[in-house]
Amino acid sequence: MGLDSDDPMAEGEVGRVGMAVDTLKDFEIAFDKIDLEKITVSLTINGAAVTLIAMYMALAEKRGYDVSKLRGTAQNDILKEFIGRGTWVFPVRQSIKLVGDTIMHAAKHAPLYSPVSVCGYHIRESGANPAQEIAYAFCIAKAYIDHVLERGMDIDDFASRLSFNFDIYGNLFEQVAKFRAARRIWATMIKNDYHAKNPKSMWMRMIAGGGGAGLTIEQPENNIVRGAYYALISALSGTQTMALCCYDEAYTIPSEKAARLSLRTMQILIEEMGLCDTVDPLAGSYYVETLTNQMEKRILAEMKEVDTLGGIVSAVEHGHIQNSVSKQAYLRLKKQQSGEVRKVGVNCYEMDEQERPIEYHAFDEEAHTAQLSRLKRIKSTRDQAAAQRALTAVEQDATADRNVMPAIIEAVKAYATVGEITKCLLQVYGRYEEPTDL
Amino acid sequence: MIDGRKIRVLVAKPGLDGHDVGAKIIARSLMDAGFDVTYTGLRKSPEQIIRQAQELEVDVVGLSLLSGAHLPFCRKLKTIWDQSELGDILWLVGGVIPEEDVASLKELGVDGIFPVGASLDSVADFIRKNVS
Repeated sequence: MGLDSDDPMAEGEVGRVGMAVDTLKDFEIAFDKIDLEKITVSLTINGAAVTLIAMYMALAEKRGYDVSKLRGTAQNDILKEFIGRGTWVFPVRQSIKLVGDTIMHAAKHAPLYSPVSVCGYHIRESGANPAQEIAYAFCIAKAYIDHVLERGMDIDDFASRLSFNFDIYGNLFEQVAKFRAARRIWATMIKNDYHAKNPKSMWMRMIAGGGGAGLTIEQPENNIVRGAYYALISALSGTQTMALCCYDEAYTIPSEKAARLSLRTMQILIEEMGLCDTVDPLAGSYYVETLTNQMEKRILAEMKEVDTLGGIVSAVEHGHIQNSVSKQAYLRLKKQQSGEVRKVGVNCYEMDEQERPIEYHAFDEEAHTAQLSRLKRIKSTRDQAAAQRALTAVEQDATADRNVMPAIIEAVKAYATVGEITKCLLQVYGRYEEPTDL
Repeated sequence: MIDGRKIRVLVAKPGLDGHDVGAKIIARSLMDAGFDVTYTGLRKSPEQIIRQAQELEVDVVGLSLLSGAHLPFCRKLKTIWDQSELGDILWLVGGVIPEEDVASLKELGVDGIFPVGASLDSVADFIRKNVS
């Protein structure tokens, strides 16, 4: 969210849920001796995505790689952060502008790079039902599309590089139907409403899996079984990419063993079960086809509902989506605690669980200290005037409403920090004020 | 009820952790249980939480933490709390709290700890029993 490791707000949290990145130096170390043209890198970053994408491109440029050959995906879906997980920094409309900057820059300079992965995932994890998960994600994707179209791009210049991140837990057939309906709606929308001509623009590419909200702290080994079924659903839904939560995620940051089990689960499906042999294997089943048709209607109805709220941007700005989602999360938990929704090990088939051997992911105090001293060293040894000039250019471009990507690429090359760049943008854009009425 | 008014609760999200589903669920369930609840929103510093608790004259401060940073944060909050005029009101912590940290939190002065899986009713009951 754009804070440096030495920011007082970051105390005790540096490197806890991901790699700490303050300056280009951190990327230089992380990608040392790795051929950037041969790998794809997924950056789970949102609030500071514009700076981190710029940093990846700056690293490639600096090391002499061809940026037009870079492949990878940045999550960079800021609209969903206002609904779930909350790594927002700037106000809603300014945040969309920054996403637009990355889409336009990537389309021009790194056409193989996927600058945005629109996430229904976090919205469903926050309480939305499956139809809303798809509907809100599509409304969000449309908001980004409309924004860059307004800035003069052609739909076929970038639509094929948009991708999605969706959640899987609950009824197997409903989940498969959800993805089949979603693909149909997306293709129709991009073709008919946006007049795309390239068939690739109409593909709904996705990563699907996860399923964190379906996992339980009770009898945690059951989560290994759940995870295997979520992976099966994902494969049956024809996903392009899959990721699974770990069985211990309900109570801790995943241990290495748990993470490896999730990986092995997916590998067993590929290597032993033949799940990659065909796409859409459930097509033609009367049951799945019926559910798909029903799901399509439900998703379209939810999208229309967003329109009546004045569109997704305004609905998010005013907290309408956030409130409806969190209300549903509450009602769902109440139903679970009353036994109306059955959850194995939680409200049925419970066991007395006094002893639970748990392996926790420990916080690495030394890594924290090392990160702080590295940051201090970079800040004191860099060319201060160059860094300052580059930061001023970022602020000027933001003020003039230009694409800030080129200036940020120069700034990170001058070892300006993520925090410094974010502060420049905050000067111009201001900070988001979260509506807290429930 | 306390002195003829509803019990006032501040549900706070400290630190950088943005996982607010649990905090909002607790806030809603305490509202339904008849409490007067305020949700702070995300990323509040110890100073901000104590200030808001004082301004609202709450009876309960509840923190929701899922990042694993509960111990350092609660230590910091305790220092600020002790320097403030907030006084000895009920202090609750919920979220991803490992069993082995419960004793350290209690030692710091946390009155009630509600890890993932705690029932909504148990939070409300605890508050009713302990606010006087």
